[in-house]
Amino acid sequence: MRPVSEIKVTTPHLGNLHLLLDDLFDRLGVEYIKPPPSSTKTLQIGVKHSPEFACLPLKINLGNFIQALEQGANTIAMAGGHGPCRFGYYGIVEERILRDLGYDFDFIMLEPFRDGPWAFYRTFAELSTGLSILKLWKILKSSFSKGRAFDQLTWRSLQVRAFEVNRGDTNKALRQAEKILAAARSQEEVAAAAAESMAVINSVEQDPGRDVLKIGIVGEFYLLLEPFSNFDLEEILGNMGVYLERTVWVTDWIAPRRDNKIFGFSKHLLAEKAEPFLSHNVGGEGRETVGSTVLFAERGFDGVIQLLPFGCMPENIATSILPKVQQQHDIPVLTLAFDEQTGRAGMVTRLEAFVDLLQARRGCAPLASLKRAAKPETMPSDGCAGCAVKSASGAACTPGS
Amino acid sequence: MRVGIPRSLLYYKYLPFWKTFLTGLGLEVETSPLTNKKILSAGVKVAENELCVPVKAFYGHCMSLRDRGVDALFVPRVVSVEERAYTCPKFLGLPDMIGAVADNLSLPPLLTPKLNQREKPSEFKWQLINFAREQFGLGLLDAVAALESAKVAQRRYEESLVAGRRPLDLLPASKLNRARWRAPVKGRPKRIGLLGHPYNIYDGYITQNLIARLEETGVELIVPEMTDHHVLMEAATDVPKQLYWSYEKEIMGAINHWTGNRLVDGVIYVLAFACGPDSLIQVLIEHRARQHRVPLMSLTVDEHSGEAGLVTRIEAFIDMLTRKSAISAA
Repeated sequence: MRPVSEIKVTTPHLGNLHLLLDDLFDRLGVEYIKPPPSSTKTLQIGVKHSPEFACLPLKINLGNFIQALEQGANTIAMAGGHGPCRFGYYGIVEERILRDLGYDFDFIMLEPFRDGPWAFYRTFAELSTGLSILKLWKILKSSFSKGRAFDQLTWRSLQVRAFEVNRGDTNKALRQAEKILAAARSQEEVAAAAAESMAVINSVEQDPGRDVLKIGIVGEFYLLLEPFSNFDLEEILGNMGVYLERTVWVTDWIAPRRDNKIFGFSKHLLAEKAEPFLSHNVGGEGRETVGSTVLFAERGFDGVIQLLPFGCMPENIATSILPKVQQQHDIPVLTLAFDEQTGRAGMVTRLEAFVDLLQARRGCAPLASLKRAAKPETMPSDGCAGCAVKSASGAACTPGS
Repeated sequence: MRVGIPRSLLYYKYLPFWKTFLTGLGLEVETSPLTNKKILSAGVKVAENELCVPVKAFYGHCMSLRDRGVDALFVPRVVSVEERAYTCPKFLGLPDMIGAVADNLSLPPLLTPKLNQREKPSEFKWQLINFAREQFGLGLLDAVAALESAKVAQRRYEESLVAGRRPLDLLPASKLNRARWRAPVKGRPKRIGLLGHPYNIYDGYITQNLIARLEETGVELIVPEMTDHHVLMEAATDVPKQLYWSYEKEIMGAINHWTGNRLVDGVIYVLAFACGPDSLIQVLIEHRARQHRVPLMSLTVDEHSGEAGLVTRIEAFIDMLTRKSAISAA
């Protein structure tokens, strides 16, 4: 390892994670080189050097690392795990690729806490001088509570956006709120800033009488957390006037307890809901995807969208099982797989078709925000297997194959 | 009662065990035929399109057994076959994936014992004994006897594999993948390590008779099963972080063992398109081969793979090996 004073650490992008890490590394007194925001360029670099059918997150990670190394980072920190999903082995493969490309860096793999608290502590101690266990605990705790607050803001924005009167207000408010929160340091400041920033989001002018569709977003964690990888899907849907709930959150994901504070439904409950369809953990979010689809159906949501990187093993198992869930719980599910070939326009078309389908199922007029002249003659067959609802125009729904 | 074992995936690893065990429970065992066009296209039709080709074939084999009128399908949930490791996630979810289409395809009931040795290696015995007692009302002694004879059958199978016999010679009714006789080549034959999952390389339909084609060119083939399991596992530890997929560990162990002991002139690595674990260890395998200067060719297969492309690539690879040794001799 390099001497602590020379360490310039970098990590991959993952939704709000960099906001949390900004705070964490600042408290640890380590220089943090944030990779440039993920972009098409990042993806191109990543794809060039990744194995062909590795999943999309690995490719974007690798692009992040290369861009950060070019900017002077000399230490890479990456999370680990023990499978059976591929994620736990990402770090090793990425390190190998980067070394073969001739980069010089130190590599830190952060294994889960339950692997051994001592190893967990050592990993951080390598980064920071004079770090006691107690101090580390305090630092992690305050950074984590700040991360929780960031997640809460995003969570709220997904709901507010559906009701906003002027398009774009929520985005502006969210940026402003994040700025307020990022500046907070001490525990009290964070608590105050969290309340203040939440008030900013809530103050967006809303039309509470609007009849909105409710869609649950389920799937693989990276695709759900990183807006770049899903072409800002949540914003697109929000702008169509759709109320969203998402199952995966950064702080839910890194929290040692599995109670999913932000999402609101524990992993245990989701496993229970998934039981009749998928009775065993298959790694990643496979079981949670099935369980939350059932849960969304029971809570009266209009539809569910599943996001996954192409070839994701746990999600593919879920995708194989979801048709049965759709049938039994009568809820349309749209599955979108992403890889480096996926285009934004194609995705938007499918989202619009899906939203149209959900409106037709409800038998209500299309949302004004969609600016559609007329309702489609027949319902799109995409994802409506087994639905027996007639659309308002009288045309019978043709179940999808 | 007639139980069907699909001739796909872990069939190639554990058939002797399963067959003996189920027979010991007083069941009649039937296996599906070799993968053929009908089976694979039936599977491709019902399976989710992003799955790997062997899993798609598995769907087809289940349907073919249904057509043969078996009373139950044997689809075990093989979670883990050793401590602190998993098999592939798809094996963990397989009974549920088949279960999700069972009604629509009117498949017979599924027998899905769970085998999990992740926490405790001895646990799997009890999982099987309980399965036998709960599902078939067997006495404890009968269940133990079935299990023990199954273990003997499996050990015998694995020993013959180490002795150099192929799964194809030992498993019933394997006519595909037999090479036509050719005059022996002059000089020392090239020795090629054939790396990959047994359910790909031994499935003559998925890999287009790869084994036979290679043998017809006069090369000598080595497969991971020919090495003692402990040796493979020992060799597999030579990686920066222990792999947590048992079957990929075997592959990694094989390449480490072959390259470390100079056992092969070249390696052909067969992987199924969209295979999750293989897509990652591919990087480590290719690095290892490069480091030890062993030529390696990765062959990706899926349900669209064409025969001509495969033949051309094999020929080119073997020509390359021949030229390499000619150059180094000169």
